[in-house]
Amino acid sequence: MFRNQYDNDISTWSPQGRIHQIEYALEAVKQGSAAVGLRSNTHAILLALKRSSGELASYQKKLIRIDDHLGVAIAGLTSDARVLSNFMRTEAMKSKMIFDRPLPIFRIVSAIGDKAQVNTQNYGRRPYGVGLLVAGYDETGPHLYECAPSGNFFEYYAMSIGARSQSAKTYLEKYYESFAEASLDELVRHGLNALRDTLQQDKELSTLNCSIGIVGADQKFQIVEGEALQAYLSLLDTGAQEDQGQAPMETED
Amino acid sequence: MNQFSLNFDRENYHEKPKNDIFADAITRTQQPIVTGTSVLAFKYKDGIMLAADTLASYGSLARFTNIQRLYPVGDFTIIAASGDISDFQYVQHLLDTVMVEEYYTNDGHVLRTQNIYEYLSRVMYGRRSRFNPLWNSYVVGGYNDGEKFLGYVDLLGTTYQSSTIATGFGGYLAQPILRKAVEGREDTLTETEAIEIMNSCMKVLYYRDARSFNKFQRAKITAEGVEISGPYKAETQWDFAEGLRGYGP
Repeated sequence: MFRNQYDNDISTWSPQGRIHQIEYALEAVKQGSAAVGLRSNTHAILLALKRSSGELASYQKKLIRIDDHLGVAIAGLTSDARVLSNFMRTEAMKSKMIFDRPLPIFRIVSAIGDKAQVNTQNYGRRPYGVGLLVAGYDETGPHLYECAPSGNFFEYYAMSIGARSQSAKTYLEKYYESFAEASLDELVRHGLNALRDTLQQDKELSTLNCSIGIVGADQKFQIVEGEALQAYLSLLDTGAQEDQGQAPMETED
Repeated sequence: MNQFSLNFDRENYHEKPKNDIFADAITRTQQPIVTGTSVLAFKYKDGIMLAADTLASYGSLARFTNIQRLYPVGDFTIIAASGDISDFQYVQHLLDTVMVEEYYTNDGHVLRTQNIYEYLSRVMYGRRSRFNPLWNSYVVGGYNDGEKFLGYVDLLGTTYQSSTIATGFGGYLAQPILRKAVEGREDTLTETEAIEIMNSCMKVLYYRDARSFNKFQRAKITAEGVEISGPYKAETQWDFAEGLRGYGP
């Protein structure tokens, strides 16, 4: 009876000047678990909250390495992210092969933007249902970009996407001015603090539900997961550290 | 050289020969048409020096006498070509396109000599792999962030980097002279010495290479950028020819 006439396909404008399908795609990003990215003068890092569908399931991968100098964090439809990361890996390889040069970060981000935009203009297509945080290091230094299903992309000092990412954003907005000069450990601590703010009431960060991606001037893109995370989780404020840490660390000797 | 001679020895050469299973075969470039001869290049104290004469020959005919074979790409790179001139012009166009794309992307990245060299060598190897080579030998020289670069790539996609490079006839006539004069002194040779070496090599080439021309250009790439000289001559001495009779000594 009161059905929205203007949200059936991607090529129809609403009288308010909006394209509802794009906005729905943007909502899909918010369904995914949170990812946070930060940048200093020397490093760009990504942090993500991994979800598992139940006790018996493993945790869903959130960070993807594209090349030695480049990685992404995803929020939204994982399958779309795999298509995009596959494309990014191909482009990175092409750059190495044709020009003997690591792919400049801006180039790959704008290529993703172009791909996403095409999906918002042609009838019969659908936008990607995934948001990306792209962290990379190239000749012009460390970079952090956000890519949205709308085809928009922006460069940031720090950014978060995904479920409850507004809480992380609030944290980042409070501290971002100190990120430029921050050491890697400080940057990770800020990242973990921001990520923790996206958690539900009774949850805590652990070596299972968290992963960190680091890239920098003299550091290839590296994903830190599992036991290796403990060193970083210990950087968190002590109050929080007592709550978690022990439980997942307990092992039978 | 017998230009366009593939069919000259046949009567009615527009008719297909009988019983020739290759009569319908596609043929791509079999030989260069308008050609440039040797290119010389070497490293010296301040960067890279290159030289090439301005002649474009049509077979043995000195057809075009004012063709530039040194071509700047970006601010710190020069490519120099011997071989087919039209293929060289195609490559110039190709590199211009790449450089324009690079420029308007406007993200602070520039293609260094190493990147241009890699691209060119991929193009050359790609073409030969499709059995349709660009009939050239290229010398790519550049100077980026205090680093000298000098590389070679040819119609087969063969690449090498060296402190002295000579293409074509220069490979036989000038390369030995260059090696003796330059190797081990790449970081000490002054510009004046480098010019001296280059001039004497170009003179040897003019004396002994029948496709060469006594009008050539010299280029240097240094920290200041690219500089290509106007055409000039080498001093030559032909008096001895007066007494020559016949072909013998």
